[in-house]
Amino acid sequence: MALSNTVYNLLFKRTSTFMLTIAVGSFAFERGFDRLTEYIWESHNHGKLWKHIKDKYE
Amino acid sequence: MAGAVTRVFSSKLLKTHPSLVQINVSHYSTTKGWSKSKKAFMTTLGMFAGGAGALLYALESSCVQAGDLELHPPHLKWSHSGWLDSFDHASIRRGYEVYKNVCAACHSARFVCYRNLVGVSHTEAEAKREAEEIMVEDGPNDKGDMFKRPGKLSDSFPSPYPNEEAARAANNGAYPPDLSYITAARHGAEDYVFHLLTGYMDPPAGVQIREGLYFNPYFLGGAIGMAQALYNEIIEYEDGTPATQAQLAKDVSTFLRWCAEPEHDTRKRFAIKALGLTALLSFGLFYLKRYKFSSLKSRKISFKPPSKQ
Ligand code: HEC
Repeated sequence: MALSNTVYNLLFKRTSTFMLTIAVGSFAFERGFDRLTEYIWESHNHGKLWKHIKDKYE
Repeated sequence: MAGAVTRVFSSKLLKTHPSLVQINVSHYSTTKGWSKSKKAFMTTLGMFAGGAGALLYALESSCVQAGDLELHPPHLKWSHSGWLDSFDHASIRRGYEVYKNVCAACHSARFVCYRNLVGVSHTEAEAKREAEEIMVEDGPNDKGDMFKRPGKLSDSFPSPYPNEEAARAANNGAYPPDLSYITAARHGAEDYVFHLLTGYMDPPAGVQIREGLYFNPYFLGGAIGMAQALYNEIIEYEDGTPATQAQLAKDVSTFLRWCAEPEHDTRKRFAIKALGLTALLSFGLFYLKRYKFSSLKSRKISFKPPSKQ
């Protein structure tokens, strides 16, 4: 229980830190999730997107 | 971390114990009072109805539509066919070349602007150069006269004819439709456009084609007012791709599909996000459902009939 207890005491116990955890957590999650999905999209369509061919024209 | 997760879930996902659930489902069955033969009859009936429905559905969705006379375009494997496949933007760029040098002689695409090309198939400088090649009527100026000016990014692709009547008069009465949304407006979408452009042939024996019409089995009725537009090597691609007829048709079909559905890539990019996020959320929802139901399922309800005093 050590870890979940620490997490609870540090982050979830007080409303102020709980709200802060939600705000920071969602920001971090969104960054990570976007990077992951962009990576999937770009590696799946490698060579087909505009960003892959635009060097030829600039 | 993993240990914490297992401990959170160590309540066995709030499982209810079977011994607590006393309700026997079969108490509520409507078929309890039925005789054996009635059950057998209803089962057979249900199987027949289901089978007939499945057969109808299979016939309806099969590609054999022998009732029609025209040829349905077979589905091709486009580079953007799959769930997560983007457009091939090099192909859109070549398709624009084909459109501009061949199709634009007769067809307009007035819902597509030069600015739409920026970041899709052309850089901003290139798109500006493309736009400046056309002359656009603008005005009135401070003397009240209309004047011509070179195109800007915000101008749409030029129309070859001033109005539909002029277009018909120049094409034997047939109206070359605006191509902006053509793949959305025809069954078979880009498959149709591709086969239409490559499907010209001599009419089969016994089929008479009027003067000024051409035989194309993919066109409704077979006689189309558009002459074959694409031949090998009619234009030269700037990127050196061999300009065979099939290549030209493939590129212009991809381009037209992009015109009709410019949001295509964004849509599929967001499909990855939406599917990923809902997949994650479904774990939480599953847990929530078990959580809410755990109290309901482990509760015992007894009914006490009101006594008559
Ligand atoms: C010489 C003029 C001309 C050129 C060049 C031309 N078209 Fe056409 N197009 C027509 C005419 C005329 C029609 C109308 C035909 C009819 O309704 O019988 C037509 C019809 C069409 C249709 C609609 C068919 C339907 O199902 O109603 C499509 C799609 C089409 N053209 C695509 C193209 C593409 C793509 C190109 C460039 C590769 C092109 N056309 C070049 C004259 C032209």
